[in-house]
Amino acid sequence: MTATAPRPPAVELDGIAKKFGEVVALKSVSLSVGEGEFVCFLGPSGCGKTTLIRIIAGLELQNAGVVRMGGPDVSALPPSERNYGIVFQSYALFPNLTVARNVAYGLETRRTPRAEIERRVDELLDLVHLRPHKGRYPAQLSGGEQQRVALARALAPSPSLLLLDEPLSALDARVRQSLRLEIKALQRRLGITTIMVTHDQEEALTMADRIVVMNHGVVEQIGSPFEIYTEPSSLFVARFVGHMNFIPATACERPGWVRVGSVELRHRPGPTPPPGSRLTLAIRPEEILIGPAARDGENRIVTRVCAMQFLGAFTRLGLALPGESRPTLECDVAVNALAEVGVREGAELPLVLKPEALRLFPDGG
Amino acid sequence: MAVLRADRAIPDSVVRHRLDGETALRYLLIGLFGLFLYLFVLYPMSKVLWRSLLNNDGAFIGAANYVRYFSTPAIAASITNSLYVSVVAMVVTVCLAFVYAYALTRTLTPWRGPFRVVAMLPIFAPSLVQGIAFVYIFGNNGIWTRLTDINIGVYGAKGIIMAEVFYCFPHAMLILIAALTATDARLYDAAAALGASKLKTFFTVTLPGVKYGLMSACFVVFTLVITDFGAPKVIGGKFSVMATEIYNQVIGQQNFTMGATVSVVLLVPALVAFVVDRLIQRRQYALVSSSAKPLEPRKNPLAEWGLFAYCALIAGSIAAIYLVILVVSLVDRWPYRLAFTLKHYAFDTVGGYSPLLNSVYVSALTAVVGTAVAFLGAYLVEKWRTRARAPLYALSLLPVSIPGMVLGLAYIFTFNVSGSILNRLYGTLAILVISNLIHYFTVPFLTATTSLKQMDAEFENVGASMGVPFYKTFWRVTVPIALPSIISISMYLFLNAMVTLSAVVFLVAPGTELAAVAVLLMDDAGDTAQAAAMSVLIIAVGLIVRFVYWLLMRGVTRRTQAWTQTAPDQAAVMGTGSLK
Ligand SMILES: Nc1ncnc2c1ncn2[C@@H]1O[C@H](COP(=O)(O)OP(=O)(O)OP(=O)(O)O)[C@@H](O)[C@H]1O
Ligand SMILES: [Mg+2]
Repeated sequence: MTATAPRPPAVELDGIAKKFGEVVALKSVSLSVGEGEFVCFLGPSGCGKTTLIRIIAGLELQNAGVVRMGGPDVSALPPSERNYGIVFQSYALFPNLTVARNVAYGLETRRTPRAEIERRVDELLDLVHLRPHKGRYPAQLSGGEQQRVALARALAPSPSLLLLDEPLSALDARVRQSLRLEIKALQRRLGITTIMVTHDQEEALTMADRIVVMNHGVVEQIGSPFEIYTEPSSLFVARFVGHMNFIPATACERPGWVRVGSVELRHRPGPTPPPGSRLTLAIRPEEILIGPAARDGENRIVTRVCAMQFLGAFTRLGLALPGESRPTLECDVAVNALAEVGVREGAELPLVLKPEALRLFPDGG
Repeated sequence: MAVLRADRAIPDSVVRHRLDGETALRYLLIGLFGLFLYLFVLYPMSKVLWRSLLNNDGAFIGAANYVRYFSTPAIAASITNSLYVSVVAMVVTVCLAFVYAYALTRTLTPWRGPFRVVAMLPIFAPSLVQGIAFVYIFGNNGIWTRLTDINIGVYGAKGIIMAEVFYCFPHAMLILIAALTATDARLYDAAAALGASKLKTFFTVTLPGVKYGLMSACFVVFTLVITDFGAPKVIGGKFSVMATEIYNQVIGQQNFTMGATVSVVLLVPALVAFVVDRLIQRRQYALVSSSAKPLEPRKNPLAEWGLFAYCALIAGSIAAIYLVILVVSLVDRWPYRLAFTLKHYAFDTVGGYSPLLNSVYVSALTAVVGTAVAFLGAYLVEKWRTRARAPLYALSLLPVSIPGMVLGLAYIFTFNVSGSILNRLYGTLAILVISNLIHYFTVPFLTATTSLKQMDAEFENVGASMGVPFYKTFWRVTVPIALPSIISISMYLFLNAMVTLSAVVFLVAPGTELAAVAVLLMDDAGDTAQAAAMSVLIIAVGLIVRFVYWLLMRGVTRRTQAWTQTAPDQAAVMGTGSLK
C-alpha cells in the first residue's frame, strides 16, 4: 500500500534490434515514454523510425529486445491485444465507408450498442471539427480533413497510446502548420500518450514534449526540444536540428581554447581535447553578436561580409573569417538591426562569438 | 527474449507473437490453399510426367517413350505440324489484328464501336465452331465449293489455320488495343516538331511503343493455337497436331503412356511462351509514364475509308461465320432443302438439353467457386508475406501454361484410380468444375492480385490496431473495393467454362456431358446441323451472360461512384488476352 510507487512508463523499449535480411534497421534501441507524454522520433529518411513505431505496434517483429506497455512485456502480443490507435502516413481510410462509418469501425466489434456508437462518433467528429462531413466518403474530403478522420478513427476506441507515422507529411505547408497545433491541443486535452514519427525537425520541435533523435538505427539523443536545440550531444544532432555554423578548428595548448585560422577562441567549458587534435566548433546564426554588443569582449573577431541574403524578417549574412576569402559563417540579423549596424557587402564586420555559444565536437563524431 | 547488448550480433530469428486464433485461422487458410494447389495442379502434373516414363504395364522404362515418339514419323510429325500451324496462324492473326486495332484506336474510322463488338464474337464460341463453319463454306459440299467449283482443300493445315485465325483474333485485338491506347501524345508532337514524315513516325514512335504488346499478342496466339484441340479435330482431317495426337492416343488407342509423353512435349512450348511473355510484360509497365498525354486521333479521310473497308471486310467475315452456323442450324438440310425448321434443336443423339444445362450449371459453379478461390488465394498470398508466398504464387501461375488436354489427362491419372478416395470425384460435375477452375485459374488470380496491390497495404493493420479481425476487414473493406474485379473475374470464368473443350473432353462421363463436348460428338457422328444448333445455343448463353454482367457492372459502378473518383479500368486490370 505504498502510495508513492512510481507509475511504470507507458511504453518502454529495451534493446530493440531489427534487421531485414542483411540490412540492419535498428541496433539496440532503448527508451521510455511516460504516461501522457508526446514523444517524437526524429531522424533522416531510412534511419528506422517507421520500423521502430511498427515494432511498438506489433506490426513488425523485432530480432531482439523487449517492448513493455504500462509495465508488462507485450513483445509476444499480436497487434490486436496491445491497445493503441495508429495513423499511417497514407491514412489508410476505408474508401467505401463514410466518414462516420470509418470512425465507428473500431467500435462496432466491441458489442457497443448502436446509440452509444453514434454518440461516440459524433463526439469524435466534433473533436476534429468534421461533424458536418459525417456522411461524406474519404475521396470527397481534402487531405487535411482526411487526416483528421484518420485521427478520429484511431482515437475512437479510447486507446491508451496513439501512434502517428509522419501524419502530416502528405499535406501542404499551410495545412501542416494548423494541424500541428490542432493535434498538439487535442493530445493535451485527452492526455493521451503519443508517439509521432517525423523527419521534419521543425515539426518535432513545436509539438513534442521530448524528442528522440535517431540516425542509422541508433538513438543519438533524447531530450526536450529545448535541450535538443541548445545542447545537441553530437555533430549529427547539431547538423540535423536547426541551423548551425560549423567551423573547423584545432585544439590549443591552453585548455579551453582552440585555434581557428590565425585567431584563438575560447569555447564553452567542457572536456579538454588533447592539443593539436582536429575539432569542429558549432554556433547558431542567431547566437553571433554584432553591432554594439560586439564592440569589445572575448572572442571578438573581425570578418568580412561576402554575401547578404534577404529572408523576410531577417537577413542572413555570409561572413569570411580573418585571412579567408570565402564565407564560412552565417549570421542572422533582424532588418532594423541591419540598418543600425550599417552592414554592406564587402565591408568589415566585427563580431563576438560568445564562449558559451561555441560548442565543441570532435571531428567526424 | 534476450535483451541485446550493443556489442552483440543481432540474431537472425525474430521475437514471435503468441499464436492467437486469428493467426491460426490465417495459417489454416494458407495451408488449405496450398493443399488445393498441390492436389489439383502439382500432383496431377507430376503424375503425367511420371506416367510418360512408364510402359503400358506400369514398369519404369526411362526415356524410351520419348525415343519412340521422336522416331515414329507418324507421331513425330505432330510436333512439326503443331509448330507450323501455330507460327503461321500467329503471324497472320497478329498482322490482321494490328491493323484492325490501329484503325479502332488511332484513327477516326467510322463504326469503330460496332467493329469492336463484332470482332469479340469468337470469344463466345468453342474453337471447333469456326472449324465447323469453314467446313460448311469451303468443305467438299460447302457453299463456296459448290458455287465456284473450286475446292481449296480445306481439310488439313489450311483449314486449321483459317479457323485458328478467327478464333484468336479477338485475343490479339484486345492486347493490341491496350498497347495502342497506352501511348504518349507528346512523343508524336516531338516527332512532328522534328519534321519526321508520317512513315518515319510510324516506324520510330508507333512500332517501338507497341513492341511489347505485339510480342505479348504473338505469345498468346501461339499458345492458344498450339494447345487448341477443337479446330484441328473438326477440320484437320488426317493432319495431326499434338493436341489431337494426345486425343488419338488416349481415346483411339487407349495408349495412355504415349498420351502422357506427347503431353509433356506439348508442355514445353507453352511453358516457354509463358515465361518469355511474363518477362516481357514486366518491362512493359515502365513504358508509359503517369504524366502521359492521351493521343487524339486526327482526321484523315483517305486512310479512314481505306481502313473502314478493311475493318468491314474482317468484321463481315466474322459475322458471316456465325451467320452460316445460325442458318445451317435453322434449315432442313443445308444446302439441299432450305426450308425453315427447328428439328436440329432436338439434340436427340446426345440426350436433349441436358448437356447445355450441365454446361450452364458447371460454368456458374466455376464462376462462383473459382472467383472465391482465386480472390481468396490472391489475398492470402498478397497480404501475408509468409514463407509460403513464393511457392504459392508460382503454383498459381503454372496453370496458364498447362494445355487443356494435358490437364484433362493428368486428372484421369489422378482421379481415375480405383481404391483411391480421389476416385470419388471422377465422373462427377465437381471434377469438371475443378478442371475448368484450374485451367483458367491464372488470369483471375493475377487480376485479383493486381486489384489487391492497388489497395492500401495498411487496411488490415488499421483493423488489427482496433481489435477488428482480418476477416471482417476483408469482408467490409477489401471485397467491396475489389467488386469490379471480382465481377470481371467471375465473368471470365463463366464464359471460358462455357466454351472450353480440351480440359473437359477426357473428363465427361455419362450424365455429365457438356455442351461443347456434345458439339464435338454430334459433329463426329455426322450430325453437323445439330452441332451447329448447339453452337448457336452456347453462343447465345454467352451473349446473354455477357449482357447481364454488363448490367451488373453498370450498377456497381453507379453505386460506387460516390467513393471512387476514377472507376478502375478493368480492361487494363485484366491484362493480356484475358478480358472476355
Ligand atoms: N520490409 C522491409 N524490407 C527490407 N528492408 C526494409 C523494410 N522496411 C524497412 N527496411 C529498411 O530498413 C531501414 C529503415 O527503414 P524505415 O522505414 O524504418 O525508415 P524511416 O526512418 O521510417 O524512413 P522514412 O523517413 O523514409 O520513412 C531502411 O534502410 C529500409 O530500407
Ligand atoms: Mg517512415
